[in-house]
Amino acid sequence: MANQNNSTNLTEKDLFYREKKKEEMKHQIITFAMMIIFTLIAFGIVMADVSKLFTIPIIIVLAIVQVGFQFFYFMHMSNEGHSWPTTMIFSGIFAAFLTVLALTTIVWWG
Amino acid sequence: MADELLKSTNLPHDPERATLEGKNKFLGFWFFLGGETVLFASLFGTYLALKNSHLDGVPASELYGLGLVFIMTMILLTSSLTSVYAIYHMKNNDHKKMMLWLGITVLLGFSFLGLEVYEFYHYVNDYGHGFTTSAFSSAFYALVGFHGAHVAFGLGWFILLMVRNRKRGINLYNAPKFYIASLYWHFIDVVWVFIFTVVYLMGVVG
Amino acid sequence: MSATANKKAGFGSVLWDYLTTVDHKKIAILYLFGGFFFFILGGLEAMLVRIQLIQPDNNFVSAQFYNELMTMHGTTMIFLAAMPLLFALMNIAMPLQIGARDVAFPFVNALGFWLFLVGGIVVNISWFTGGAPDAGWTAYTPLSIFSESHGLDYYSIGLQIAGFGTLMGGINFLVTVITMRTPGMTMMRMPLFSWTTFIASVLILFAFPALTVGLFLLTFDRLFGANFFDPSMGGNVIIWEHLFWIFGHPEVYILILPAFGVFSEVISTFSKKRLFGYSSMVFATVLIAFLGFMVWAHHMFTVGLGPIANSIFAIATMAIAVPTGIKIFNWLFTMWGGTLRFNSPMLFALGFIPSFTIGGMTGVMLGAAAADFQYHDTYFVVAHFHYVIVGGTVFGIFAGLIYWWPKMFGKVLNETMNHWFFWLFFIGFHLTFFLQHFLGLMGMPRRYWVFLEGQGLDLFNLISTIGAFFMAAGTILFIYNMIWTALKAPQAPADPWDGRTLEWAIASPPPFYNFKQLPLVRGLDPLWIEKTEGNGKMQPAEPLGDVHMPNNSFIPFVMSVGLGIAGIGIIYQVDNPMWWIVAAIGFIIFFGSMAVRSLKDDLGYHIHKEDFEKEGDGSNG
Repeated sequence: MANQNNSTNLTEKDLFYREKKKEEMKHQIITFAMMIIFTLIAFGIVMADVSKLFTIPIIIVLAIVQVGFQFFYFMHMSNEGHSWPTTMIFSGIFAAFLTVLALTTIVWWG
Repeated sequence: MADELLKSTNLPHDPERATLEGKNKFLGFWFFLGGETVLFASLFGTYLALKNSHLDGVPASELYGLGLVFIMTMILLTSSLTSVYAIYHMKNNDHKKMMLWLGITVLLGFSFLGLEVYEFYHYVNDYGHGFTTSAFSSAFYALVGFHGAHVAFGLGWFILLMVRNRKRGINLYNAPKFYIASLYWHFIDVVWVFIFTVVYLMGVVG
Repeated sequence: MSATANKKAGFGSVLWDYLTTVDHKKIAILYLFGGFFFFILGGLEAMLVRIQLIQPDNNFVSAQFYNELMTMHGTTMIFLAAMPLLFALMNIAMPLQIGARDVAFPFVNALGFWLFLVGGIVVNISWFTGGAPDAGWTAYTPLSIFSESHGLDYYSIGLQIAGFGTLMGGINFLVTVITMRTPGMTMMRMPLFSWTTFIASVLILFAFPALTVGLFLLTFDRLFGANFFDPSMGGNVIIWEHLFWIFGHPEVYILILPAFGVFSEVISTFSKKRLFGYSSMVFATVLIAFLGFMVWAHHMFTVGLGPIANSIFAIATMAIAVPTGIKIFNWLFTMWGGTLRFNSPMLFALGFIPSFTIGGMTGVMLGAAAADFQYHDTYFVVAHFHYVIVGGTVFGIFAGLIYWWPKMFGKVLNETMNHWFFWLFFIGFHLTFFLQHFLGLMGMPRRYWVFLEGQGLDLFNLISTIGAFFMAAGTILFIYNMIWTALKAPQAPADPWDGRTLEWAIASPPPFYNFKQLPLVRGLDPLWIEKTEGNGKMQPAEPLGDVHMPNNSFIPFVMSVGLGIAGIGIIYQVDNPMWWIVAAIGFIIFFGSMAVRSLKDDLGYHIHKEDFEKEGDGSNG
């Protein structure tokens, strides 16, 4: 960060990042719009009362995609410098998946 | 060096990760969220294993009202976006706007929490669906209540940060704090996405 | 604050120093004494268990007291002895090995220790308040929700608090390894102990939350009328078993991997050779951690999960023997052709290899699901897990303690006494547990407080108890050695073992800032490289400059005590709602000190370059 004090290209650099952030913010709004749409679809399908076999997989996939948006865009996991967070989140998801899988399959059903 | 840390001019473009302390906080908190994933997975698993054990109580399909849940979902999703705005302005070193957006996030958080309290009150009083009614009710309140407790903690955290930093600008010392608080808030939203899908929508579908 | 430490400090100021310290070397000492205290306690419980089983139909302790003893023996040894002792080793060695001046979160590190200590004390208070937990260390439901005394409440609350501490410690180590390495110390140049610390911390991060949830559910069931595990209310007891073992099996690897790390250091140092197959060792460690998450149900073969689930978990279990086997052969090949020195840490390492291999072999036997129906809940299982945990983890802890003792206290433990200690402990260990394999095969069930006469179990049980006395004698000798060394032994040199890694490049004990200038690492075994290719000293990676240090803080202690008080209040509010006041006070202390911490800027302080220059040379290699 030493060149931050370098006054000659400060404004230029500043402007560059400001532009970049603005661009990013646009993506965030699109992300948000997509998330709202997904939520609407999920609620809509359930309200429409279509077959259970059809509804459940779809709303789960929608939830997973939505969470992906949340992680990669809102939480910036797609930006550089996030390789360790990504590794650990995916490891966590792996452990989480096994946990849910076990508790939904191999328990005694009453 | 200390004044360097508390100065709010000439900030680098990623102030939350510019110092070693900031970078440590950033990584440590992400890892913590990885652990939280397993924590909520355990609760989800427990809920799914017990969701049909309602005994004489109301089953899930008759209990949940989707209207309220939809409003709560929209509120929490929006609050996720407003905290993105807050961090956007933090990176632009615009203290005033950051505080404004954080304030909006907190307000949305409180309305979410208020609706959740109302929802629980409604279930207990109108349906006799209390924490001790059945294994299903215990699992429901444990999962949704844990999420609610996370929301409450996040609100307290935001408020404390805003009060502490109301009179001073963004600097290399507090930028990481704002940043991880907003990460936490997004994670709360992530969990909610699964709650409204797995608990409410799948509960209504049956 | 001056860089030169005050030598003659009064008791009060030493105590205050340790209550407020955030220095990883002092926290290591705290973990050591905390963990060793509980190790003695768990050992005493084990001795009482063994005395009860010295002869058939014995009446030395009552059945209820026996249940409490064996429950607390397991709980104490796993959570309150082995974990903190490993954390002591991690705290002292890992930051020095990667060339760091401190850990990533010194405050959190201190908080982790105090939470562990308070949690451990809470669990043990139950002895004096109407009975300790009595449902086995696994606290299987529904037995544990119908246990009448408050013992199980102490168990769930105490372990919850200690678990928070462990989780924080784990995150701290993870970030330390990632961000605090000295220039040139790439991941693939890290000593193996640092690697295993890292991987064990990953396991902590993903395993402990399952325990957190399990314990919360147990607490809700017992104290707040919830119905998770009560079948009459629709609850399901298998959920507890799953959650416990989703945590519990990775926990076993959390215990053994750091011990593997210690042995890798010790064997390479005392063979004067670089570790054979370094990268395969790293790979095997990662693989064990990965597989370690997919095998938990092998503790539940007899539950009735069905043949498909049992087969999957059986295969995954046996697969773990492969990376473990890789490790065993790597250690053997490290010694092959090396210049062996039989110092006491090396003795423990040599004792470990056959002992642990036997434990691994019985592990594969138990992993065969069909055969497990025969072994399940017999002394065969008891023998198996003592072979891996004592023969692996405890040997590793002793090897590590002796090896790094000079780094912690500046003195080398007496070698003669350590040799005696090793042989007493080693012989005692095999006497105690080897025959238990056969007791199990003969059908002696575990956890029973008596066995009957004339079933051929008498002699083996007697020998087993005699073995336990050998182990106790060895431990007493080790304690005597600690005291003797503190009083009589001369100051240790910086590098007493002719070491290979960075921690031996600085004084014993190291100055509080560790490295005056961060060292430049040129490869694996950096100090050895400088010894053979350079002038035997680490070259600095930076010019002499100001060093940033964290401030001491009393808040971790206060926070932990607050949480302990809150826990006690929660336990007793079922008897009398007035206890809610106690719980509230505890939570106010806890959250209040958290708020103070977050409201007060804590920027740390700097040791100035001039102070180093005044001090002269001698503290940094």
